[in-house]
Amino acid sequence: MSITADTRTNVRTRPRPEIIQHEVGSGPQGWTSWVTTTDHKKIGIMYLWTVAVFFVLGGVEAMLMRLQLGVPDNTLLSPEKYNELLTLHGTTMIFLVVVPVWAGFTNYVLPLMIGARDVAFPRLNAWSFWMYLFGGLTLYASLLFTPPEAGWFSYVPLSSRDYSASNGQEAWIYMVHLTGLSSIVGSINFIATIHNMRAKGMGWGRLPLFVWGMLIYSYLIVIALSSLAATVTMLLLDRNFGTNFFDPTQGGSALLWQHLFWFFGHPEVYILVLPAFGVFSEVLPVFARKPIFGYKAIAASTAGIAFLGLLVWAHHMFAVPTSTVVLAFFMLSSFVIAVPTGIKIINWIGTLWHGTVEYRTALLFCVAGIFTFFMGGITGIFLAVFPVDWQLTDTYFVVAHFHYTAFGAAAFGMFGALYYWFPKMSGRMLSESLGKASFVLVFVGFHVTFLIQHAAGLSGMPRRIYEYESSTGWGLMNLISSIGSLILAIGVLVSVINLLVSIKKGAKAGGDPWKANTLEWYTTSPPPEHNFDVIPRVRSVEPMKDLRRQVEQESGEQQRHKPSRAVVEA
Amino acid sequence: MTLPAALLTPLLTGTPAFAGLLSPETGGSPNADKISTLWWLIFSMALVVFFVVGGALIYAVTKFRAGNGRVARQIHGNTRFEIGCTIGAACILVFITVVTFITLPGIKNPERTSNDGLSLASGTLFASTDQPQPPGGKALRVKVNGQQYVWRFQYPGAQKVYSYVQMVVPANTTVVLDITSDDVNHSWWIPKLGGKMDAIPGYTNHSWFKAREGVYNGQCAELCGRNHANMLAQVRVLPPDQFEQWYANQAKRLQQAKAGQAAARPRYEDQ
Repeated sequence: MSITADTRTNVRTRPRPEIIQHEVGSGPQGWTSWVTTTDHKKIGIMYLWTVAVFFVLGGVEAMLMRLQLGVPDNTLLSPEKYNELLTLHGTTMIFLVVVPVWAGFTNYVLPLMIGARDVAFPRLNAWSFWMYLFGGLTLYASLLFTPPEAGWFSYVPLSSRDYSASNGQEAWIYMVHLTGLSSIVGSINFIATIHNMRAKGMGWGRLPLFVWGMLIYSYLIVIALSSLAATVTMLLLDRNFGTNFFDPTQGGSALLWQHLFWFFGHPEVYILVLPAFGVFSEVLPVFARKPIFGYKAIAASTAGIAFLGLLVWAHHMFAVPTSTVVLAFFMLSSFVIAVPTGIKIINWIGTLWHGTVEYRTALLFCVAGIFTFFMGGITGIFLAVFPVDWQLTDTYFVVAHFHYTAFGAAAFGMFGALYYWFPKMSGRMLSESLGKASFVLVFVGFHVTFLIQHAAGLSGMPRRIYEYESSTGWGLMNLISSIGSLILAIGVLVSVINLLVSIKKGAKAGGDPWKANTLEWYTTSPPPEHNFDVIPRVRSVEPMKDLRRQVEQESGEQQRHKPSRAVVEA
Repeated sequence: MTLPAALLTPLLTGTPAFAGLLSPETGGSPNADKISTLWWLIFSMALVVFFVVGGALIYAVTKFRAGNGRVARQIHGNTRFEIGCTIGAACILVFITVVTFITLPGIKNPERTSNDGLSLASGTLFASTDQPQPPGGKALRVKVNGQQYVWRFQYPGAQKVYSYVQMVVPANTTVVLDITSDDVNHSWWIPKLGGKMDAIPGYTNHSWFKAREGVYNGQCAELCGRNHANMLAQVRVLPPDQFEQWYANQAKRLQQAKAGQAAARPRYEDQ
């Protein structure tokens, strides 16, 4: 880092804190360094590339389904192939994309955000990644034999040996076991890291909100995925070892599966979205140039949502035989969870209010994510009212609703996080023009695809059907939806191209391209293997803003234009 | 844009003009109509929330865009505002809860059979159940059984009349359904005749409707295997006298089929 830069060209640049790197080598290179690495940054990058591949695969599966449904009485796909695709799409997106994508981002940025050298258990961390990869390979290896076709929710009795005789269901079970173990072990790692390895001065009230989101995500994973591991083991035993947990003719219960599955399944929803909420809470203040509005309310509502999220599972099954008092309980608990979620949205609006909002791609994805998730939240209220849900459940209305929430928060959040942290990870900027083009296509494509699906559901179109007759009148709605999905796919493709081009040819990012608030920007991009030479004492939730202010004060007004090379004391 | 107009018209006129596009299907049975009423009440609240909060978000992003040397106001929060919003949200939810429980009995509990409905003897066709009995105790009880990939309807009476795919029922008569499954999970749903109820092996689920004359279509709503999409259901609602005719006819046809079967059996057994 030179201090001889031309002062005149830098007149308008505010000084930025940077530290001297004693050891700036990027560590070992070559493919063996990836296979054997325990560095959280390399593991994070491997996670993200694996997620990217599965995201594209899941997207292709969705596109095939939309092609099939684009016109009535279509014969493009056989019912068998359609059910395989719908199972693979759901399973891939849930278990292989939106859960591990946050493990990927967190791996990379969590130790940097809290000023740590690495995660608490680096080798366990590597093991988590490999379990995830092998879990995904197990599922996709079934493509060579007989893929599962009982849906990502694998309701019994359809998923039992009698009705799904092929071993695709076993592949699904092993995939859940491997990725579940990966997530549980990874989460324990994150919990240990967050509790023990924060920088000096980083109390709970100064923890970045993304880290708050990831802490709660981790606790939820430990609870929910352990439960799911037990549940799918019961299915494995039923299918192969003669137990009858779920067989009603032998004293078992088919409803038991639904309760156990959704006891995992609803916390899972918050596992997907809480980290995305964390991303929104990081990105908005940076580009609005304003502190987060209501830090405590956002952190507290995250914890509140997690607790309540464990108490709402039966709202997925309002149409099963249930007494009214149980229905009423789950309706009210679902209502209550809407309150902390609403509070978050209010706080994000408060963060933008009176700010100076810079339209960077990361911000656009985050704001669009909030808007889309908010619409999904509103349709969620209809679904929570159980008499209304009796009309809506298992229709395209639900498909639309959960894509608004899951795609709205998790996928938009994922793109926001990519555009925000890519410069840190690669040292290069993603193209803003390609990024904005991708944003417009994804946003428009998404709403064209899914808004109309509410109407399809209301007019009686059930989920998971491989064809429909033209007399149903659903043809036009489905055609619109399929066209939308094509726009969405092109939008994703533009981002993929942007990623591939910018990783080699993007503009150099420098340590802190966004003038951001958190500690990951207090090191080079990409960071050296040991992350930091010196870790500053944290005095607020925005340590980088404090450091910038400190540099300004120390350098004084006379030297405002001088390129910065400030060593900040710990 | 016609969309705002389309959104507002039903609210102003109160007519279900957009059933199936903006609200659940109506016009078959009172429970479906009442679900739709409840839908519109929630919809009106949702619309207000959508425009206020969504509008605030869009306003915040567009109005406070960086430029013109404006400086961001460094506000950290406002506890009173947060508490106010929490209370506001809670009030909306309390309102929805109240209207839900006011309308619930009309949706869940079977109605009284109309005077022009089928004349049924009191109680005879109705066994005890955890679903409340219709007032007067007069109802036609049909056992709905889901099977991969067809619906079977079992009627009451000594003749053991049954049918597949199409359920024939008398108009203006309360029809109570006992919903079961023989194999995997299914879900009974005729959109115009009310909400869906899952058919789960080992359990009996309940629903009801009281329909006007006509033909109502629906299909299985829970993934039940490869031909889930082809598991169609139809309810044909006839005037009571025509229903009785159909019932007698169906009994006779089943009797004949049974006799034919019995006659044919020895031939197969000999082979």
